[in-house]
Amino acid sequence: MSMPFYVSPEQLMKDRADYARKGIARGRSVVVLQYDDGIAFATENASRALHKISEIYDRIAFAAVGKYNEFENLRVAGVRYADLRGFSYDREDVTARGLANAYAQTLGTVFTTESKPLEVELVVAEVGREASGDQVYRLSYDGSVADEHGYVVMGGQADKLGGLLAEGWRPGLTLREVLRLAVDVLGAAGDDDGKRRSIPAQQLEVAVLDRTRPRRAFRRLTGALLEDLLAPTLDGAPTSTPPAPAPAPQGD
Amino acid sequence: MAPPTPSPDRAASGRLPHAFTTPGSSSFVDFLAGYAPELLPGNRPVPAAEVSAPHGTTIVALAFDGGVVMAGDRRATMGSMIASREIEKVFPADEYSAVGIAGTAGLATELVRLFQLELEHYEKIEGSLLSLDGKANRLSTMIRGNLGLAMQGLAVVPLFAGFDLDRRVGRIFSYDVTGGRYEEHDHHAVGSGSVFARGSLKKLWRPGLDAAGGVRVAVEALVDAADDDSATGGPDSTRRIWPVVATVSEAGYLRVGHDELGDVVGEVEAERRASHADRGGAR
Repeated sequence: MSMPFYVSPEQLMKDRADYARKGIARGRSVVVLQYDDGIAFATENASRALHKISEIYDRIAFAAVGKYNEFENLRVAGVRYADLRGFSYDREDVTARGLANAYAQTLGTVFTTESKPLEVELVVAEVGREASGDQVYRLSYDGSVADEHGYVVMGGQADKLGGLLAEGWRPGLTLREVLRLAVDVLGAAGDDDGKRRSIPAQQLEVAVLDRTRPRRAFRRLTGALLEDLLAPTLDGAPTSTPPAPAPAPQGD
Repeated sequence: MAPPTPSPDRAASGRLPHAFTTPGSSSFVDFLAGYAPELLPGNRPVPAAEVSAPHGTTIVALAFDGGVVMAGDRRATMGSMIASREIEKVFPADEYSAVGIAGTAGLATELVRLFQLELEHYEKIEGSLLSLDGKANRLSTMIRGNLGLAMQGLAVVPLFAGFDLDRRVGRIFSYDVTGGRYEEHDHHAVGSGSVFARGSLKKLWRPGLDAAGGVRVAVEALVDAADDDSATGGPDSTRRIWPVVATVSEAGYLRVGHDELGDVVGEVEAERRASHADRGGAR
């Protein structure tokens, strides 16, 4: 009769974490950035149909890296969770925090109890009426949750890209500025021999949660609109010179 | 298989229940039917005796060049009483369609909420819009589920209209309580005042109407219905409560604004007043 080998819990968890990390690092990065009127999401994705960024509810969006079938499954579960909650209570009662908790419990349970962890990393973001009300949660394969402010990078080379974003991002940037920054940073991930690339608009998947929209804040930016947003500004000013801050909103 | 306990795994450790992560249909109603069937309107116990509940009345819809207009009066009745004078019975189903409901008001508004969610759910899961026929068929299925309640006098009869993005025209669908779906041409009306509204539509509707002309015809039809049907409310000039009128076209669902509608109502009333001016009324 054969006995199973003893594996220490530390080793078991470490193996699982390494396995998940490897799977996640293979994919292209996704960046999430706050801007003055909302939250922007961008990634390099040649597919028009297999999205990494999606709408969950009126003011909540979802972005993921890793294995497509696994995060697609979580996305659908999130839409069902949100719609069921909104139907039982009210649309106001669906929050990113609740969804992030449900995702965290799911990822955590799978990580510890199932034979294979989910090879995914997620961002759940909710846009508020004011910039101070924005919420961005980042969830890892093991169910840990981080409440992020400003910007998030997920996927391969997240550390390197995070450093670049930290240099370029500051509060109150406009949509045009954050998208230029996002595309620069995604291009800096480089190709196989580490060279900087400029990514054409057709290869990008870009979406925003726009706080100025009345109900459903999520909007994909594609085609001519995206090209226009990414085009160099007419005065040729490089992004490094900050434009004058937007006039303070009038109290009313 | 897990034993069929009520609401399985709903409280299990805060993680998303298996029903949520099971791949399946893109329909929210189908999901509810499997996971929480008691939330579906058709799955509740049918009341033994007849129930008296507020009823909504007249809805009209008509096609114009490049879209449809849908309008509903603002009255709900309970027996011979007026239950509400400002109920709304015309709703956006999604960006390119509208649904108006006559019948039991409580069930109708719940059904509309579920139908709106059904369309939005599909759109989010699939990343594309249902075809107009697909939307009309989903509504048909939902009405069929309500047949048990309809037999107890709690019928819900919707009118569905939308802009067909493939054919680039406005289309209108009517239903019966058994879920039968019928495409209507040019114009239609449902509810207690529909007999009079249909007569009015027949005389006033003409091909080649524009959106403003369509809104005018819809308001006239509702005024005619209110004239002869006690359960249909006419425009209330005292409280400035106007019918709900919306157009659905390439630009999407647009509710006609309060002031704009006030002008249309004013014109219709002025015209009718003028036609009675010299005769002193029936004394």
